[in-house]
Amino acid sequence: MNAIETGAEHLGTVELRIPGKPEWVAVARLAVAAIANRLPFSVEEIEDLKLAIAEACTICIQQGAGIQTIDITCEASTSHLRVEVRDDRRRTRDAGANARRPSITGVEAEGLGIFLIQALMDNLEYSADPQLGTELVMTKRVDS
Amino acid sequence: MDIKVHVRESDDDAYVVELGGEIDVYTSPKVKDAITELIDQGHYNLVINLEKVRYIDSTGLGVLIGGLKRVREHGGTVNLVCTNPQIKKIFDITGLVKIFGIFDDEAGAKKALA
Repeated sequence: MNAIETGAEHLGTVELRIPGKPEWVAVARLAVAAIANRLPFSVEEIEDLKLAIAEACTICIQQGAGIQTIDITCEASTSHLRVEVRDDRRRTRDAGANARRPSITGVEAEGLGIFLIQALMDNLEYSADPQLGTELVMTKRVDS
Repeated sequence: MDIKVHVRESDDDAYVVELGGEIDVYTSPKVKDAITELIDQGHYNLVINLEKVRYIDSTGLGVLIGGLKRVREHGGTVNLVCTNPQIKKIFDITGLVKIFGIFDDEAGAKKALA
């Protein structure tokens, strides 16, 4: 989903980098909740977002032994919140290259985490590669 | 970020694991340790009280599922106490409502163990 394509007004982009360790996932969760609170999401939808972002960070940590950091980019618009979560292997190896980003149907889904994100968000694109790293891009519509 | 784990024996020979706070990738090992310790001691009928839990993610669910699988090997079970609508919703979405006994209060959860 793209804010320009949908005609929605872009409200702002927030970037957050956390250490790729379990004790920092709560920081990402709370930060995204604060961002979502700037949009007209319900309390329940904000809880959904918190869980989805935490699951994405957890997937990065579980799949990326030795990752140093996780980048979370939130793009807020009047119609939706788009969140990208990627580990630092993605950032360092992916510069300038065309990222392989199959939809969730094109990759093997790992566990409950992916299942929950799919259930709680309106859209999910997910790629995990031992060398390229892990990336999840998810969107939640304001009116969903 | 916090997790509180309190284990107590109830009058009817069941063990209650009372949890409070947030269960996520950071805190779930502490919950797993408490449940594993009880099972290793031979206690196979457990009530896990989630009334004071504000948040649970897939790693927390994984710990509960792992505990249930282990006690079932010994003919036991795990019943949950859960009243938080957001947490109930997660059990609904994942289909875990069909696997766990989920009760609104501890008395009901303990009674169903018998």
